[in-house]
Amino acid sequence: MTRRTEAVEAGVPGTTRLFLWVWFALLVLTAVETFLAYEELALLLFIIVLMGISVVKSALIMSYFMHLRFERLGLFLIVVPTLVFMICLILIFLYPDSIRLLEMRP
Amino acid sequence: MNTAQVETLREMTWEGGPSPLAVDKKKLGMWLFLLSDSLTFSALLIGYSYVRLGTPQWPRPFEFYPAIVKATLMTVILLTSSLTMVLGVHAAHQEKRGLAVRYILLTMLGGVLFDVIHISEWIHLILNEHVTPFANPWGTPLFGGAFFGLTGLHMLHVTIGVLYLGIVALGFGRRKFSPVDVEVSGLYWHFVDLVWMFIFPLIYLINVAPK
Repeated sequence: MTRRTEAVEAGVPGTTRLFLWVWFALLVLTAVETFLAYEELALLLFIIVLMGISVVKSALIMSYFMHLRFERLGLFLIVVPTLVFMICLILIFLYPDSIRLLEMRP
Repeated sequence: MNTAQVETLREMTWEGGPSPLAVDKKKLGMWLFLLSDSLTFSALLIGYSYVRLGTPQWPRPFEFYPAIVKATLMTVILLTSSLTMVLGVHAAHQEKRGLAVRYILLTMLGGVLFDVIHISEWIHLILNEHVTPFANPWGTPLFGGAFFGLTGLHMLHVTIGVLYLGIVALGFGRRKFSPVDVEVSGLYWHFVDLVWMFIFPLIYLINVAPK
């Protein structure tokens, strides 16, 4: 039986052990971020790595702490693709101009 | 597939009524609220990134110690409060009311600690570094606006979350609220944690002072 059906049947998604592992993973990722800040990576690389780690951390929080992994696919489809699409819309309007500003610096 | 699995899948099918997507209506309401709130934070963070990228001499005032170490500690506190919250939700669903309330109180303690450290940092910036939302010694007034705007809105969310959890803990302990109410408040708390996962690197880490 899959974890999802077990969770639905029990009415209690996840186990204490699972939550502790997720918490530990989140702490390790935070430690990596802080270590990279200490090491002073090149800014562009640093931002890319940090945003990658932040997306992984968000996915862990949403999947396990917010139980999205144990919900029906419909709820995930309502929340996540909608959010990504709307964030992309904001980025489309702002970023080309921002990069132009970057290149026009003296 | 055995009979129990077929039965589970049948129950998971949306048959209309008060539980669209097989999710409690309060939970769905909270998810939709969080969706809209995450757009507020996204717009602010993207706006901040825009001015950060477009300003050649953006201030980088955060020394690794104490500012970055403090911000890391705040992150650890928030992550730990998220752990106690999810354990509280777990206990609530198992009808262990006393344990659930204790976990929620621990979560609130995490929120209060976060606020205390954050406010002390604000006081340090305002009094010692002379940074306000409209001016600072480094000649880029937008820095203060972005910093206080983003961290202030997040701190407001944490404070509202602490009050919200207090009401839920009280109501759940007195059997006025159900486990779903605890779970819904948990969703809000985890969201506050999730937003910080972007504020922490974008506001603090990329603005660490050069050695």
